[in-house]
Amino acid sequence: MEQKIEPQELQLAKQDFKSDQMVKWCPGCGDHAILRSVENVFPLVGQQMGYKKEDFVVVSGIGCSSRFPYYMNTYGIHGIHGRAAALAMGIKLTNPKLSVWMISGDGDSMAIGGNHLIHIARRNPDINYLMFNNEIYGLTKGQYSPTTPKGQKTKTSPQGTFETPFNPGELVIGARGKFFARVVDTNPKLMQKVFLEAALHHGTSIVEILQNCIIFNNKIHALITGRETKDENQLILEAGKPMIFGKERNKGIVLEGTRLKAVVIGENGVTEDDILVHDPTTEDAGIHMMLASMAPPKLPAALGVIRSVKAETLEDAVWNSVEHEKEVSPYKNVDDLLNNGNTWEIE
Amino acid sequence: MQIFTNMLSLALKENKRFKKKLAIIVVGKIFDLFLPRLFIKFIYMTVKKDRVVEIEDAVVRFAGDSGDGMQLTGSLFSDSTAFAGNDFATFPDYPSEIRAPQGTVSGVSGFQIHFGHKDIHTTGDLADVLVAMNPASLKANLQWMKKDAIIIVNSDEFTVKNLEKADFDANPLEDNSLAGHLMVLGPLSTLTKEAVKDLDMDSKSALKSKNMFALGIIYYLFNRDYTKTFSFFETKFKKNPLIVKANKRVLEAGYNYAETLEIFTNTYRIEKAKLSKGHYRNVTGNLATAWGLLAASERSGRKIYLGSYPITPATDILQELAKHKQFTCITQQAEDEIAGVVSTIGGSFAGALAVTTTSGPGLSLKSEAIGLAIMTELPMVIVDVQRGGPSTGLPTKTEQSDLMQALFGRNGDAPCIVMAATSPSDAFYAAYEAAKLAMEHMTPVILLTDGSIGNGSEVFKIPKVANLPDINPPIVKADDPDYKPYKRDPETLARQWAIAGTPGLRHRLGGLEKEDITGNVSQDPLNHQKMTDLRQAKVDKVADYIPELEIVGDTRGDMLVVGWGSTYGVLLTAVEDMWEEGKSIGMAQFKHIMPLPKNVHEIFSGFKKIIVCENNMGQFANYLRMTHPEFKYEQYNKVQGLPFMVSELKTKFDALLNE
Repeated sequence: MEQKIEPQELQLAKQDFKSDQMVKWCPGCGDHAILRSVENVFPLVGQQMGYKKEDFVVVSGIGCSSRFPYYMNTYGIHGIHGRAAALAMGIKLTNPKLSVWMISGDGDSMAIGGNHLIHIARRNPDINYLMFNNEIYGLTKGQYSPTTPKGQKTKTSPQGTFETPFNPGELVIGARGKFFARVVDTNPKLMQKVFLEAALHHGTSIVEILQNCIIFNNKIHALITGRETKDENQLILEAGKPMIFGKERNKGIVLEGTRLKAVVIGENGVTEDDILVHDPTTEDAGIHMMLASMAPPKLPAALGVIRSVKAETLEDAVWNSVEHEKEVSPYKNVDDLLNNGNTWEIE
Repeated sequence: MQIFTNMLSLALKENKRFKKKLAIIVVGKIFDLFLPRLFIKFIYMTVKKDRVVEIEDAVVRFAGDSGDGMQLTGSLFSDSTAFAGNDFATFPDYPSEIRAPQGTVSGVSGFQIHFGHKDIHTTGDLADVLVAMNPASLKANLQWMKKDAIIIVNSDEFTVKNLEKADFDANPLEDNSLAGHLMVLGPLSTLTKEAVKDLDMDSKSALKSKNMFALGIIYYLFNRDYTKTFSFFETKFKKNPLIVKANKRVLEAGYNYAETLEIFTNTYRIEKAKLSKGHYRNVTGNLATAWGLLAASERSGRKIYLGSYPITPATDILQELAKHKQFTCITQQAEDEIAGVVSTIGGSFAGALAVTTTSGPGLSLKSEAIGLAIMTELPMVIVDVQRGGPSTGLPTKTEQSDLMQALFGRNGDAPCIVMAATSPSDAFYAAYEAAKLAMEHMTPVILLTDGSIGNGSEVFKIPKVANLPDINPPIVKADDPDYKPYKRDPETLARQWAIAGTPGLRHRLGGLEKEDITGNVSQDPLNHQKMTDLRQAKVDKVADYIPELEIVGDTRGDMLVVGWGSTYGVLLTAVEDMWEEGKSIGMAQFKHIMPLPKNVHEIFSGFKKIIVCENNMGQFANYLRMTHPEFKYEQYNKVQGLPFMVSELKTKFDALLNE
């Protein structure tokens, strides 16, 4: 999974994707860091996958994050609320040679767009789906979203919300998604690495980005991203490596019975050999689902690529069918079709 | 009797009756004078006892339980009608339940065909012949029968239980309530079982063919050849020779039954229609729509991207296009109506002839996305096969009540082209033109058809795709240094189509208001005014590229009949009748609604009265009051889930003329 990147060989540069439009997100918004990471990744994607700059398409729905296409110098569509996945699918099916990127927020992707999220996950077109999760509605100024923790007070939940939130990873894996990763907006290095892996994965790659809304939900991910707390509360997964975390790198994840458990290496006879080794490629979603569900304070939040399973993409299936039908169809043109079946001649 | 019938049908099988039939009629009549009847029958199997009467046209209605195969029966009769050289139009009338409770009126499925030797423009008002496979279908259809209609019923089904299910208080076959009709009471189930009794079929499977017994009777009544139908069985049931055999046997038995028992005093013949020279076929409006789009794809060189969601009565278009991947026709059955239309916008951005197909409730769901296509000025065709509304309404019945929704059912001032097909075969040309206008003018086009067009069928003169008009979308060439996303063609005001993936043309589109020329996001007040004006002007300009409104009948006179879309055939028939009667009447049928043709004022000015007829509560009349307030409009509206009838139109027109 580890990609060797040789920046000196790049034909495309970050500048190629920088837009001339003023970026209008709030100062301090997590979106700025994500934008920079994407600008950095596109040249690498182009180099490694053979895409030219005109091959990139960025689409979005509605919300703060969905302004993203305006801030990239690519082909782009700022769509309507919740429906970016459908836009992306239409583009990819029509022209599979394009590198299609989709930007969405937690409300856009899981409230109004929830239906499209689950269906794109199961259909598996090769789309890179960046889901900015700040657990709040920002553009409409502070209402609860489908990922807002239960009980949190917001403008529309003055007594605290009454609803159980979604966990995006569970949703994607539950919908038979083939690729799910999680990153934090405070770790550009990890973002770039994971975005590149998402691009290289042939299929729908959904990346949840724990993103901070500095105005309406500041520090919502602080436990996972905070300088003081992050090491104990995040587990950065790497394929083939044991699930070890903690400032001292002495904590790990084991499977106890049917549940994941955090342990300390060296305590209670636990050795490094007892720690689970991450395999994102296994079809069985059991461990992946449990990893996606892990959350502080009991367990660290899993970051990195949680699941990456190979499967046929939607556009490959469709276009293979097109090629096959071209070979076997009795109709070479529309005239053939019109004249087929019961027809008769009037002299 | 039974032995005789069996022997007869056996003998008939060897007989090539059809070729000789007419020639022998005369001979038969002569023999009839001095030979005993049975003897003649036995020797001259080809002799047709009944008088053959030439008629202009006829309307036949097949009705039965949803599972009785009436749609197939009707379509087989349509094929044989085509083969007989008649012009025709058909209309299925089926319930929205797949299998409503058996034997009930709500479960009745019907199929009507109107055929004749003159141009047939309607599916017919009242029927001349009814096949009723059970009491419920008699009950449901009696109201659509002429007073002296021939009614063929399956008498086996008229049991106490079935009569109860159909809410009959007394057996209509016995209480004289059907007086005036020529009743043919045939034990079709019994006879069907009898016909296949040596074929080793269980009773249930055998009875599946009973619709073919009825069809055989009708074939006899209209002097039809059944060889084509036999070939259909052979193809359709290729894998099951027993079914082929049974269907053939039963169809033939029905035919022979009618002949042998002399149940009709006359049989009927309709001269071949005077259709212009050419190659013909039968087509439903939904098929024609799909094919028109495929033709537009071929002529424009743009692959089709279709994003749709199944919805009655539009699903056939999605199903048909899904079959034709060989034409690089990409179809995606989306998770909902919204994903269907939105993915279509993606397809358009990537350079496809983008299409979505739906019916009223689906159009409601697509409204916001159509607004996005209007803002991004991307071409797409939205086909709305209208049905009875509001809400779920009458899913399988026809109506024209989505007009205002198509014209104005979006947030903001959001104009797009709205047009309507006027008949099943016109749907081919309407779909082609919708695709052409969408791509050349860079705008969504809503094409309105409806249940009567979509499911209705008629004779279609097959065009050559090469003879259809050129389609020239304004596609930008790679690296065009002058490209600006919202720079417009001065003639059409269309912006250019810069297809994603083309070098040198990267740009962003979106739902936020666009700055003129550059396409950058703009909240500037004057720019918004300008762009709103431009979007309307672009659609208005389309009037220069569509045909003028045509007039049928008088160009000046007492009354102009105005309609739009699917009412064309029935209005035409009514107006032609009245015009031939010497009434001062003309007719104008609208196919283009947004924008309207340029000569509306000129045409309307020639008449003292204008009556707008439509299957809604007056949506087009109100639109005309808005666009052409200088005229007074009378209305004739019908919202019963059914098309107009010629007779009711003529009554209304006469009344208005005499006012």
